[in-house]
Amino acid sequence: MAAELVREAPARLDSRLAALRRVALVPAYNEAGSIGGVIDEIRSADPEIEIVVVDDGSQDDTAGAAAARGARVLKLPFNLGIGGAVQTGYRYAYEGGFDLALRVDGDGQHDPSWFGVLAAPVLAGHADIAVGSRFIARKGYRSSRSRRFAIRILSWTVTVLCGGRVTDPTSGFQVTNRRAIALFAAYYPHDYPEVEATVLAAKAGLRRAEVPVEMRERSAGRSSIGAVRSVYYMVKVMLAIFVAVFRRAPEVPA
Amino acid sequence: MILGAGQTPLSVAIAGACASVLLVLVVLELIRKRRLRERYALLWLATGIVLLVLSLWRSGLNTIAGWLGVKGYPPAVLFAVATLFILLVLLDYSTVISKLADQNTILAQRLALLEEKFGDKQG
Repeated sequence: MAAELVREAPARLDSRLAALRRVALVPAYNEAGSIGGVIDEIRSADPEIEIVVVDDGSQDDTAGAAAARGARVLKLPFNLGIGGAVQTGYRYAYEGGFDLALRVDGDGQHDPSWFGVLAAPVLAGHADIAVGSRFIARKGYRSSRSRRFAIRILSWTVTVLCGGRVTDPTSGFQVTNRRAIALFAAYYPHDYPEVEATVLAAKAGLRRAEVPVEMRERSAGRSSIGAVRSVYYMVKVMLAIFVAVFRRAPEVPA
Repeated sequence: MILGAGQTPLSVAIAGACASVLLVLVVLELIRKRRLRERYALLWLATGIVLLVLSLWRSGLNTIAGWLGVKGYPPAVLFAVATLFILLVLLDYSTVISKLADQNTILAQRLALLEEKFGDKQG
C-alpha cells in the first residue's frame, strides 16, 4: 500500500533546523551534467546550508561546474570510490564543527526538497541517522528489477543482523547528526558503503530511522555499478556485513 | 572403499582440508581486525574454499586428475590448483602495487604544487 507522502513547503525551514550549523555533502564522479542542478535544488530547499561537493577524481569538469554554482569543492587527486569520497565529506563536516549533514548524490536521484522531512526524526531526537527510503511508500523511481532484488536480499540480511526495520540499506540520501558525522568521519566502509555503514552504525549504538521518500532516475552519467560487477559487489558486501557483525563496536569520537 | 594406486590418500585429504580451513579462518580474522580489506580478501577466500572442496571431494579430484592425464598421484592436481591460485593472487597484487605507485606519484606531485603555492619551501 502506498502511504501518503507529505513534502514540506521548501520555503519554510524548520526553525530548529535553521538554528543548526548544517552542511550538504554531495559526492560526485563524472556528474558535470547534473551537479549544477543538484546544487541549485539544495539551495532552494535551504538557502543557508553550506554545500560541499566531493569530486571523486572525475575526468569531466564536475569540479568546475560545481564551483561555478558557488559550491565548495573538495577535489580528490584520484578516484577513491564512493566510500572514500563520502568519508571525505564527513571529515570536512566533523572538522568544520557542523551539527547536521545532509548527504545528496550528485547524479540527481535525490530530490533535496525532502530535506525538511528527512531531517525531522533527527531534529526530534528520535534518530542519529535518517535515511530516505524508496521502498516504504513505493512511489517514484525504485531502480531496476534486478537491483531491487539485490536490495531486498541486503535489507533482509541487515534487518536480521541489526534488528529494526531496514527497507533501503543502499540509500545514500541521509541526514546525520553530529554523533553520526563523528563516527563516519572516523570509520567509513569502502565501496558500495551504505549497507556496511548501516551495520557499523547499529554496532556503535546509533539510532537509524527511515523516512519514505520518492527518488528519481539519475539525470545524467552512469551508475557506478554496472551489471557484471553487481555480483562481485554483492559477494563483497555480504562478506563485509557478516564480518562487521563480529567486530568490536567502534568508538564514536567526541 | 579400498585405496588403490591412483587414489588420494586420506591423510593428504585431511591435511589439505585443515590447511584450507586455517587459511579461510586467518583471512576472516584479518578482515575483522581491519588489517585486510574485503577487496583483497576475496581471492584468498576463493583459494581456501576451492582447495577445501578439492581436498575433501576425493573422487572429484581423481576425476579431474583423469581429465588432465595425471596418473598415479591425483593430489598433484591439488598442488597445481594451489599454485595457480597463488599466481593469480600475485598477479592481482602486481596490478594493485602499480596502481598504488601511480597514485603515490600523483600525491607527491600535488604536494609539491601545494607547497609551492603556499610558499612553504622549507620541506
